[in-house]
Amino acid sequence: MALDSVLFYVLAVLILTSAILTITRRNVVYAAVWLINTLVGVAGIFLLRGAEFLAGVQVIVYIGGIMVLFLFVIMLVSNEDEALQRRFSNQKWLALACAVAVCGMLAVIVVRGVGGLDHPGMAEAPPLGSITQNSQQVGEVLFTQYLLPFELASILLLVAIIGAIVMSKTRKRAAEG
Amino acid sequence: MTGMMEITTSHYVVLSTLLLLVGVVGILTRRNILVLLMSVELMLNAVNINLAAFSASLQQVHGQVFSIFVITVAAAEAAVGLGILIALFRNKQTIHADEIDLLRW
Repeated sequence: MALDSVLFYVLAVLILTSAILTITRRNVVYAAVWLINTLVGVAGIFLLRGAEFLAGVQVIVYIGGIMVLFLFVIMLVSNEDEALQRRFSNQKWLALACAVAVCGMLAVIVVRGVGGLDHPGMAEAPPLGSITQNSQQVGEVLFTQYLLPFELASILLLVAIIGAIVMSKTRKRAAEG
Repeated sequence: MTGMMEITTSHYVVLSTLLLLVGVVGILTRRNILVLLMSVELMLNAVNINLAAFSASLQQVHGQVFSIFVITVAAAEAAVGLGILIALFRNKQTIHADEIDLLRW
């Protein structure tokens, strides 16, 4: 019990500080590295909740795939004068006020709702299972009940790949003309 | 009163809310489009925390399956978004959101 609580609070502090550092760093590479830190923390939260397969997917796809893509693009589009640029937009105080308002609304919803989340039976610890059990359960549901969304996701990824290539390739003829 | 040390689903919901809020602040205040895309990833991760927490408390794996779909969509979104960003940088030589004002009258 105590170990779970300590791990949760450590991971929560790690996630939130890394997230705040992600959106405040001037250097985009630092922001990307702090985002990787956040994603590792979220993977730890998945492990705490007994979602081992999801934690693996998080590390492999998010950190190994998406963040490497981010770092590549940062290298491609980096400006030398980034350090001289303003970090925040002109509307930052208005934006911050809007965000605080959204936070207030969400806080009201959460404070009113959390009582209903914690009735007995819902708050108990996740079942202890090995990593194969969790993967097996996820796989069974994914390939039976969610088979059609799974196939649609593969089409979505294909479209995204083609779209990314078309977007980012240079048009030789347009460049010459 | 189960005590403050007991970690319940509501703890995860509060953490997810705070992470979503950080993402919203990032989206609204920063100028660099790369950081905007990273803030979107933060918000998607907040959703995933919620899904995993409820999946565990309901003793079902449907939430985890949904999280996998969210990660899939996030990968597609990042690929297309970064492709658009490269095309944009090639044409406008800037990655700042408030300098892209072609449609402004």
